[in-house]
Order: sequence, then structure tokens, then C-alpha cells
Amino acid sequence: MAHAIFFYIFSSIAIISAIMVTVSKNTVHSVFFLILDFISISCLFIMIGAEFLGMIMLIVYVGAVAVLFLFVVMMLNVAQQKNQWFLSEESSGHIPVGLIISTIIFFELIIVIGGWKYKPELFDKIKTSSAETVSNTHSLGQILYTDYIHVFQISGMILLVAMIGAIVLTFRQREGVKRQDYIKQISRERSEGVQVLDVQSNKGVSVDD
Amino acid sequence: MIDIGLGHYLTLGAIIFTIGVVGIFLNRKNIIVVLMSIELILLAVNINLVSFSIYLDDLAGQVFTLFILTVAAAEAAIGLAIIVVYFRNAGTIRVEEIDKLKG
Repeated sequence: MAHAIFFYIFSSIAIISAIMVTVSKNTVHSVFFLILDFISISCLFIMIGAEFLGMIMLIVYVGAVAVLFLFVVMMLNVAQQKNQWFLSEESSGHIPVGLIISTIIFFELIIVIGGWKYKPELFDKIKTSSAETVSNTHSLGQILYTDYIHVFQISGMILLVAMIGAIVLTFRQREGVKRQDYIKQISRERSEGVQVLDVQSNKGVSVDD
Repeated sequence: MIDIGLGHYLTLGAIIFTIGVVGIFLNRKNIIVVLMSIELILLAVNINLVSFSIYLDDLAGQVFTLFILTVAAAEAAIGLAIIVVYFRNAGTIRVEEIDKLKG
């Protein structure tokens, strides 16, 4: 009973905030609703028994990806661009096509879910081994580092490539930035730095630098 | 209705997936919202994988959810970097005005 109540609360929050991500006029508000969506879905994950993935979703999405989105939105100053929703003049012809295609996709998914016959032997497997004492994180780690170790390493490579790609894309050489040059500092001679002048009294010196 | 089963979670995943697709189609704003809709779609896929993994008692679904999470983070980083570079060059990221390829 409590499971049902919490499921409906979290899923309705998730659906409403997903709608608000797409329709809200301000991009910053879209990012906030995206954060709300991820939080409610991770609450669902924790509730259903996948607590490790719920926590990882919180850390990765809310802590990293959403902050990245917010950072880019505020850096690009796109919140000031006036957004018109549904009232673009010339190129709004593909909106009904998009709506039709989306409705078809949705009903196909619903038909697949509704018409999916559970195999009876799968039903027997459900909830049989739930009496185990190993926690979700423990069992996930046990198969992640043994059976799926190659995929795990490949995902590390993907992250490395993404990091290098993001740095290479956004790196630019700026003009007029003074940098410290150790070699030039160390190899400086006395003759370049010090100049001995013969100063006559009551007259200044003009040093050309 | 009270008994929450696998079908409820799959329906939630289907609804969020469709909202993501609608967000890509109907976008009149900047392209960052398109990236956010892609994140919604990946989230719907994660819901499906996790609920199947719990109800069929097989941990492979959760492992692959982790990998999807990795790929989603990498994709968001690369996509936002491309958007920053494009904004620096073209001065706009509105969807209608990105027409250099004449698509």
C-alpha cells in the first residue's frame, strides 16, 4: 500500500517535471526541472531496491551533469533570448508531424508493455532469492569487477576520451597573455639585467627600456 | 492499481521516453533543451533496465544502467563543449538559426 502511494507520488512528480523540461520558456527553469526529475526517479530506484544506482544517479546527474548544464546555460547567456513556444512563423510545419510520430511511439510502447506475456518460469524466479543477506551494492560490485570487467574498463576509456575531447574542443590560445617562462628567467645573464651608468650631478639619467 | 508491478514502471518509462521525443520534435528554443531531452530518453531507458533487473532478479540490467550513465555523462560533456564552441563562432544556438548545413 505504501509502496503504491509512494510510486504514484514520485512518478507523477517525474512526469510533470519532464513535461516542464520541454515546455518551460526559461532554459534555467528547464535545468531545474531536469534536476527534480532525476531526484524523483532516483527515489523510485531506491524504493524498488536498487539503492546503489539511485545514489549514483544522484551523484552523477544532479551533482555533475545538471551543474554542467547550468554552467553552460549561464555562460552562454541564452536566458535572455526571447523564446517563443509554438509561435514560430515559418518553420512550424513539422510540429504536427512530430506530435503524430510521438503519439505513435507512445502507443507502440504501451502495446508492447500490455501485450507482453510473462513467461511462467520467469514468474517463479521473481522474489525467490530475495532472502539473500548480501546488499545491492555488494552484489553489484561482485559481478561488476568479475564478469563485466572489460566493459567497465571500456567505460573508463569512454570517459577519458570525452574529457580529452571536451578540453580540445573548448581550448583556445589567447592573445596577450603573459606567462612565466622559467628557462628564460634562469638563463638570464648579468649583462642583460644590470647596466652601470655614469651619472653626472644635477642631471638625471634617461634609461631606455 | 494498488499492486505495483513491472508494468507500472515500464509505463512510467514509456511516458518519459515519449516526453523526451516530443521535446526533441517540438523544440523552438536553444539546442541545450535538445540535449536535456536526450537525457530524459536515456533516463527512461534506465528505468526500464532497472525495473526489469529487479523484477527478473538479474543484476545485469543494473550493470548496464551504470554503463548507460557513463555514456550519458560523456555525451553531455561533449555536446555542451560543441555548443560552447558553436556559440563562440556563430553567436546563436537557436534551433532555427543553425542552418549552415542547409538541412
